Amino acid sequence: MSFVNMSQDNLETTPARRHFLLQASALAASVCLPHSMAWAADKKSARRIVSIGGALTEIIYALGASQELAGVDTTSLYPEAATKLPSVGYARTLSSEGILALAPNHVIATEDAGPPAVLRQINAAGVPVTILAANDKFEGVLERVTRLGTLIDRPMQAAQLVEKMKADWQRAREPILARKSPAPRVLFILSHSPGQVMVGGKGSSAEAMLHYVGAQNAVQGFDGFKPLTPEAVIAAQPDVVLFTDQGLSIVGGVDGVLKLPGVAQTPAGQKRRVASLEAMFMLGFGPRMPQAVTALDNALLKVMST
Amino acid sequence: MSATAGAISLTSRFTTGLLNRPVWFLSLVLLLCFWVAAWAGAVPVTTDDWLVLWRHDEPLTSGAYVLWNLRLPRILFAALVGAVLGLSGALTQGLFRNPLADPGLLGVTSGAACAAALTIVVLAGSGIDIPVAWRFWILPLAAFAGAVGVCLLLDTVARWLTADSIAGLLLTGIALNALAAAIIGLCTYLATDEQLRSLTFWTLGSLAGGSWPLVGTLLVLLLAAIWYVRRLVSAMNALALGEAAAAHVGINVRHLRRRVIILVALLCGFSVAWCGVIGFIGLVAPHIVRLVIGPDQRRLVPLAMLVGAIILLVADTTARIVAIPAEIPVGIFTALLGAPFFLALLTSVRKGG
Repeated sequence: MSFVNMSQDNLETTPARRHFLLQASALAASVCLPHSMAWAADKKSARRIVSIGGALTEIIYALGASQELAGVDTTSLYPEAATKLPSVGYARTLSSEGILALAPNHVIATEDAGPPAVLRQINAAGVPVTILAANDKFEGVLERVTRLGTLIDRPMQAAQLVEKMKADWQRAREPILARKSPAPRVLFILSHSPGQVMVGGKGSSAEAMLHYVGAQNAVQGFDGFKPLTPEAVIAAQPDVVLFTDQGLSIVGGVDGVLKLPGVAQTPAGQKRRVASLEAMFMLGFGPRMPQAVTALDNALLKVMST
Repeated sequence: MSATAGAISLTSRFTTGLLNRPVWFLSLVLLLCFWVAAWAGAVPVTTDDWLVLWRHDEPLTSGAYVLWNLRLPRILFAALVGAVLGLSGALTQGLFRNPLADPGLLGVTSGAACAAALTIVVLAGSGIDIPVAWRFWILPLAAFAGAVGVCLLLDTVARWLTADSIAGLLLTGIALNALAAAIIGLCTYLATDEQLRSLTFWTLGSLAGGSWPLVGTLLVLLLAAIWYVRRLVSAMNALALGEAAAAHVGINVRHLRRRVIILVALLCGFSVAWCGVIGFIGLVAPHIVRLVIGPDQRRLVPLAMLVGAIILLVADTTARIVAIPAEIPVGIFTALLGAPFFLALLTSVRKGG
């Protein structure tokens, strides 16, 4: 009875045996490979940077180092020219081989970049990977500019950019600080698809921007972004609903916003006070942050005056 | 097509000819896939890069580095993970005598995902300072522990609640999966924006982590499993007739069930821990084989491994090369390439009677 033994035919041809021959030789071979050695990247030749993170790309452009960019990720949408560069894909699903194929000698990334195994592989191939953590504070942005300037040998340009940003910041913040009117309550809504609507709570990047324009985040009950619930929206009683441009068009413009559960029962809904800004501009925390503060302030003032 | 349909074939070993010996045919296809996958990629590879092993003194070219340190371990890893998923799928469907069963039903996937979610959200949120050197290992280790833990828990709970009934195992599995899904949902709700994205991309699955040590470990695991399964497959054929019938021909169903669960937990747990969730293969690879050669487990198991290896290798290679220099999550392609193929096979088999 063949209940006991598997047929001989199957034994001989199990795929693993086939694999084994192939892999045993490859495995033995790999031991001989100089692992730590590496990538034949010539450190003296022109710098080639892969930038992973929209804000980092923006800073690199602002420092006048755009010609050193070998590749960017999908969030690098500004300036327009950055979208013409080779794209290494979404920051979370990077490909080690794809990035190495661009022959970079430096990969600069936000802490979003991943998967971690890929970053390790790139590093092991002899291409340094520098992670520049993001920060919702203006001071954090300045620090990032300075660090990036050092990394790509443009400390002078970085210092100039920091000075310029500080001056712009002063100009942007002055009217806001001088204003005496009560802070409007703003509800920030993030929407990637019509069925997926999130609200920015405490400590979210949206709240940081609202704080800088002297507005108040209408939602205080939770941290970060959470799904929108009608009761929470009504309880928040926002004076203004704020969107990203992309999110506003997804939910179907101002009329679409009013159809979102709960919004019609708030002061913002009753007076059709809906504002929006481009996502990377408003929440990118890059060199355009002072301009973003002014633009957000103007947008809020405009809807509040209606 | 159901796993219970058809009797145990005792004559299959005597068949001849290429199509009657699909193992040879599929092995050839797999080798061809290896060949294509090794040459395809973002960095061009030359014949010299293959020969670099025999001349280690000179500095490596980029092609040689990528080929030997990134691409080869990755494609071998992809094929091994595919084989593991095919094997686990065949064993699970055989155990449950249910064509809709896949290794996920035993809680492997949800257990790993649950542990991963808890690690990403709770551990990171608790503020415990984990040494940098451990950070890379902690997620796969937790996921592996979660996969194996939930599998064994499922077996124990099911045995306790429903005696030795396999239908009971199935139902308990569904309940436990729902429970795990609830915990994942809770973690998703508690997660910060960044943790949420980590979690989402972990569940999408990726073979980017493939390295020689992983290939070696998985190969040893798979070889040991094949050695072990060799003695189980005939018993599983008997199980296809029903638990009572299997017991009558002298099969200890309880032992068989325990062994299959441990095997699937270890194999699938390992691959899920390193690659995240790669669905579809465990479910469909055994079906593809069964459509062509019938339900005999002795032939089904090796062929399901080969088919799984081929599907995952082709899917991963496609994921690597369609958007150079970017990469697309592999889970998209396993279903995108596998599902139409499966449907085509289904219609042709039905038409041909």
